[in-house]
Amino acid sequence: MSLIATLARLEAVATGRAQPAATVRHRHLSDRPLVFVPLTTAGETGAPLGALVGTDRDAPRLLVVPQPRDRDQRFAFLAELADIVLPHLDSCAEAVETAERTDTDPETGKRVKVEVDLCVDAPQIVVPSRAGLDLVRLLGRSMRFRRTAEQEPETPYPAPPRVPLLGRWLTHYGERSRVPGSSLLLALTDVLSRHWATGQSMVEDQHLGALLAWIDPPEGESGAEAAARAERARDAAGQLLCPPAGPATDPAFDNKLLAPAIERYDRVRTALATAEDAPRAEDLLTALTAAEREIRDLVESRTRPTWDAVWRGLDLLRTLPEGGHVEERWTRDRWSFTAHRDRITAGEPPQPRRDDAVTAANKLAGREREQARLEAQEALDDPLVMAARRLAGEAFAGEVTEVVMAYSEGRRPSPRPLVTVRTEDRPHLGERAKVYRSLNGRAQTAEFAGYEGAPEDGVLVLRIMDKMGRGKEPEAGSVPEKGDAVCFTLFEHEQRGGAKLPDPEQTPWTHGGPPGEPVPEIPDAVTEEDVL
Amino acid sequence: MDKAALAGALGAPSDYGQSQFALIRGNTFEARVKADGGAELLRLTHTLLDPAAEPPAGAAVPDLSAPGPEGRTARTALALREAVTAGGWTLLDHPMLALDVAGSPAFLEPDAVVVHPDGGWTVVEIKSFPMLDGSADPAKVGAAARQAAVYVLALEAVAARLSPPPAVRHEVLLVCPKDFSNLATARAVDVRAQRAVTARQLARLTRVETIAEELPEGTCFDPERPAGELTAAVDAVPATYAPECLSSCELAFHCRERSRAADAVTRLGRPLRAELGSLGTVQEVLSAARGESGDPADPVVAALRRAAALRAEALAEAADREAVPCP
Repeated sequence: MSLIATLARLEAVATGRAQPAATVRHRHLSDRPLVFVPLTTAGETGAPLGALVGTDRDAPRLLVVPQPRDRDQRFAFLAELADIVLPHLDSCAEAVETAERTDTDPETGKRVKVEVDLCVDAPQIVVPSRAGLDLVRLLGRSMRFRRTAEQEPETPYPAPPRVPLLGRWLTHYGERSRVPGSSLLLALTDVLSRHWATGQSMVEDQHLGALLAWIDPPEGESGAEAAARAERARDAAGQLLCPPAGPATDPAFDNKLLAPAIERYDRVRTALATAEDAPRAEDLLTALTAAEREIRDLVESRTRPTWDAVWRGLDLLRTLPEGGHVEERWTRDRWSFTAHRDRITAGEPPQPRRDDAVTAANKLAGREREQARLEAQEALDDPLVMAARRLAGEAFAGEVTEVVMAYSEGRRPSPRPLVTVRTEDRPHLGERAKVYRSLNGRAQTAEFAGYEGAPEDGVLVLRIMDKMGRGKEPEAGSVPEKGDAVCFTLFEHEQRGGAKLPDPEQTPWTHGGPPGEPVPEIPDAVTEEDVL
Repeated sequence: MDKAALAGALGAPSDYGQSQFALIRGNTFEARVKADGGAELLRLTHTLLDPAAEPPAGAAVPDLSAPGPEGRTARTALALREAVTAGGWTLLDHPMLALDVAGSPAFLEPDAVVVHPDGGWTVVEIKSFPMLDGSADPAKVGAAARQAAVYVLALEAVAARLSPPPAVRHEVLLVCPKDFSNLATARAVDVRAQRAVTARQLARLTRVETIAEELPEGTCFDPERPAGELTAAVDAVPATYAPECLSSCELAFHCRERSRAADAVTRLGRPLRAELGSLGTVQEVLSAARGESGDPADPVVAALRRAAALRAEALAEAADREAVPCP
């Protein structure tokens, strides 16, 4: 953490309110995000207990699993979830624009431009916290290898029709969320703490209620007080006033409210299964509905506050103007969405359990590249981020004090003007180090030519190298003038891809050798006993 | 000492508590793994840790019940010795071990200990978090490994009293549910690093008597005592709160309040504290950053002032930009 972020946190402590950690919004926010607030059952792996989901903040859909250990009920939950999420995904899959992409021609091996479809917009999913991201990934993993009765009539316990498809999409979204700067699937606590520094530690920032309390405390209350209340306050019955954003529930809720309710439900259900006469069954059915209703109310009471908090957080984020490069990064998300749409239409199998060596290396290289891109773009978009880079000696800002025209040596001399900059920053410049500044959105390169006087005086001479046109005289506006305020960075603005990796068939033996013929992944073994 | 009760009496109750769903599931899974005389567990130990040995069939499962923790510890030590002499496979279900922590004995109860035919001992940890596609949550595996390392140390103490001392294996067996099922799968986890760290930490721990000597006469941590007196008693024990405490100590909320009252910066995170040199409180840092205090020759103070200036400049720039919207 940079000293600037540290100061922001300490100021937040002193003022009792979160302080800005960014002056623009660095993530794309869709006009119609799908908010997903899930709850799980403690102890069982990825066993959903319920969820609020939807795109309309006033009308969320409540999904509940009254007995989380019942396979049929879990399937019913997932099928319902698929019926909400998949139409939302489909709504963006149709509208496309034509875009150009450079591809390698399979016959000639040359790089050629091809026209491909690119979805105009991509659906965005928002979960409350980082644990929610993990659950999306886990749900994806638990569903994508399931077999439906249509795919395999013999399969024991077939999954409802669209569940495996939902699994593949959730897996894709979960994987994409690991790419720095991507916005297809957002964890609200991550995004909020990117933009505001609170007066608590990063561990405590994971609590959505406490985080919001710092950013937007209620009238007449300090962030610290409001956060403490959100985190700890309990009612007379010992229940948290602000339920955790999940997906894990508070143990006190599990033990005192949920467990008895589920027990009542189970009891009525068992009685109903053995009921012999019709009037008795009628009564029990009413009792079952009531018991189910009770669990629904419990689940809603724990998810609704989080649901409202998520929308409030989104409102707060919308008050920030969007950063200049956010649109560009969102286009990458649209590419990612379109590519997965195409993979599904082409009938490709679900994502494998383990990536082969080449795919895994490509993914890692991609994430590293995106991380570098994100860091550069955030700095260019946001003076507060740039300030941290300047403090770290990775950039410098100052005033141009002199410009001397000079030319390169060679047959056709090109302009290489020498620009003297006075700065108070202390950049870590090596001899002939390359520095970059943004010129109408493109990076102009300059070379460090040396200090004028002692390095402590902060007067340095730069030789501008490019973006001055083809003529002998530099184009107007392409060279800074005396008195201009300039900001140069030591890091590159655009990221170049690394060395190309071999095709999977060429994987060297050091990395496990060629993966061989792809074998279809077998579904997870199902046990007869219906415990996860 | 019951720290949870103490925290409750101090007015900052801990949030520890386990959902009964998780508890039931954990117990069911453990029972499943140990069912049938621990056949499945021994099979996993044999395949993963000791494939050269004879296959375990009809392993001995001695009865370890005895009155009191001391009695159970003695019974466990005896059973271990007998198992080594008898040879063959032995499974010790919930043995009791004692470990000297800062001068006072702590009783530990591993899920199981397996004695191999060659006389070696293996600690078995049964956890209810899943091993998904062959990998589990690294944080949870790390915690399990640290826990198992403590058991290894305690077993080593028992082994040292036998002659010849049997080998305590440094690879423990971690048993978890496989994927989304309730079937067991396992991995050998090497705990040498964790064992070394724990051994070093235990050796460096301030002894309880030393801490007790520094406390004022008559200090008492009885949760029944009045809150004011109790707070003073707890405050007499030095402690430096950091956010990491929240996940490991019942008294963390109390210490956090105390840290907040003292305006200490460590409560915002240890890395943050590390940057600030000798400045320990929020007010000190902020006033140094504003130029009201501190020695400008101190590199930390100089860096703080530079950071404050850059931050103010950037915020002013952003405010200007908002006032005059870009064309």
